[in-house]
Amino acid sequence: MALRRSDDPAWIADVRRTARGIRRRVLAHTLAHGGGYMSQACSSAEILATLYRGALRLGPPADPPIPRPFAGPPGAGNPDAFTGAGYNGPRAPELDRFYFSPVHYALVLYSALIEVARMAPEGLDQFNRDGSTVELIGAEHSPGHEVTAGSLGQCLSQAAGAAWARRRSGETGRNVVFLSDGELQEGQTWETFATLAWHRLDNVLVYVDMNAQQCDGAMDSVMGIDPSGDRLAAFGARVVEVDGHDPAALAAPAALAPDGRPVVVLARTDPCRGLEILRERAPKLHYLRFTSNEERARYAAALAEFEEGEGDA
Amino acid sequence: MNIVKRPHRTNLIRFAARHPEVVVLSADLTSSCEADLLRDQRADQFLSLGMAEQNMVSFAGGMAREGLTPWVHTFAVFLTRRTFDQVAMSIAYPNLRVRLVGFLPGITTPGGVTHQAVDDLALMRVIPNMTIIECGDATDDETVLEVAQAVDGPVYIRMLRGLVPRLFPADQALVLGRCRELGQGEDVAVLTSGICTEEGLRALAALRSRGLAATHLHVSTIKPFPQSQVLDALAGVRGGVVVLENHSIIGGLGSAVAEVMAEAGLGLPLVRLGLQDVYAQGASREYLMAKHGLDAAALVCAIEGLVDADFGVPAEELTADVTAPDEGRVEDL
Repeated sequence: MALRRSDDPAWIADVRRTARGIRRRVLAHTLAHGGGYMSQACSSAEILATLYRGALRLGPPADPPIPRPFAGPPGAGNPDAFTGAGYNGPRAPELDRFYFSPVHYALVLYSALIEVARMAPEGLDQFNRDGSTVELIGAEHSPGHEVTAGSLGQCLSQAAGAAWARRRSGETGRNVVFLSDGELQEGQTWETFATLAWHRLDNVLVYVDMNAQQCDGAMDSVMGIDPSGDRLAAFGARVVEVDGHDPAALAAPAALAPDGRPVVVLARTDPCRGLEILRERAPKLHYLRFTSNEERARYAAALAEFEEGEGDA
Repeated sequence: MNIVKRPHRTNLIRFAARHPEVVVLSADLTSSCEADLLRDQRADQFLSLGMAEQNMVSFAGGMAREGLTPWVHTFAVFLTRRTFDQVAMSIAYPNLRVRLVGFLPGITTPGGVTHQAVDDLALMRVIPNMTIIECGDATDDETVLEVAQAVDGPVYIRMLRGLVPRLFPADQALVLGRCRELGQGEDVAVLTSGICTEEGLRALAALRSRGLAATHLHVSTIKPFPQSQVLDALAGVRGGVVVLENHSIIGGLGSAVAEVMAEAGLGLPLVRLGLQDVYAQGASREYLMAKHGLDAAALVCAIEGLVDADFGVPAEELTADVTAPDEGRVEDL
């Protein structure tokens, strides 16, 4: 569905429905498998839903609805290797590329792909199974993944290189990166922002999930990154700070006319959004693993509420 | 001996003109890596990314995915130690056509330990998909570009700059996967690479004139290692094998030869000359080569040990026959 007006109530409702579906799928999967990256779904659901519901200019999916098994790592002796970029549509000069950096969010991305009918729901059955590409921490062969990004900080540079090459050959498609706020601690990230500004790569659009959480806990207990907006602006980025759960606000920066600067959308998010009982786990939100049957039962009840509420998002 | 001044500097321009898909990337060492003429004459094939090597390497991966062939120019230390993870994940895992051109191999710089790449080959060898080529003279320097450009995957090149000797005829191009065979004999086999081949030629000329029969290979393809050619050359050798390289004895050519010999069950003594698992220091090339045993004298000594003989070679016969001031070695640290 193409995005025409980001304040269209029907479109906003569609994004909200999609985001709710992402949370529900990740919660269901977490319950079925005894653990999962739940808070990442709660924080980023509207960002991914906004992007896939029209903020990104993507063609129809070009990869099979049921993901293929791993065909081996790329190499001279392996003509069968592939990437998961086809789930985001074909490569075309006028279309956007979508680079997914914090691949610990892979389960969230797979759920988003299912919600927007780019991957079959059964594809998630292969999650974290030996020999599958639907990996726990995604790599370039995983659905929706363009590059191998798991060593955080490298994806943005790769997208920048692609953006430079695409601009050089006259392509008009943008290079959209989904980043986690923890990556603002990586030195390479700042090397890249300096490069994007200096070389005026305004065909790069970065969405940062500012959920203020990282593996050890709250970012402010690990190493704070504020004032992140000021830092990015000082590096030459065109910074837009938005409520990361507001579809219209999230979509608006994607419609900005390029002005020479890379656009960075700081999406302020809540890592427990839509799943109140998750707050009890704070500040340890990085990975949800149930500690008792009683806790599991309470999350199962939360899932039941999701399923009852389906359709009236 | 014929010395060529800055062969890469002009050759790179001719090469880039033949390959519009080539873009040279630089991290603030443009003239130090002899890419300044290209920057000035073919600006559309040059990109300055500042002193930010991690970004540069991953950025190159992104460019390669879009069909360009980035030629990343910087010092070998910064291209391998500093950016190891970026090389492995942004370039080598996806088997992208990125060429990493590392300057100042080993102790060719007086810049001290921060600038001396004594472990770059070891680091690059453990990375799957990586092809590794080391240049030993001006002909290698000039012909390695087309050889690397034809490889369908990442290539690491150990490049020589400045005043570079021409050891091999200009029309005898470097061939991927082939050692240059510089002599055949059954007393000992000597394998050399990079700047150490010049030392090997000098040492073996002195020893052959005194009756030694030696096999000599100049190894430019470090990976994939030319295993069968090396084993063929070693067949029939009686006294032993010496490897001389401008690198740590761990992980480079000496290790590659040891692995091949052991797997083939070749029961010959092996002497690995190179940096003996130590750091060097800031000093002249000649001083460091003598101190760490990377020169012709060290090779003569090792061979004498293997064949249990004293050839009585005077020291002056083992020093370079060229005394031109080597400006390329002291500028642009």
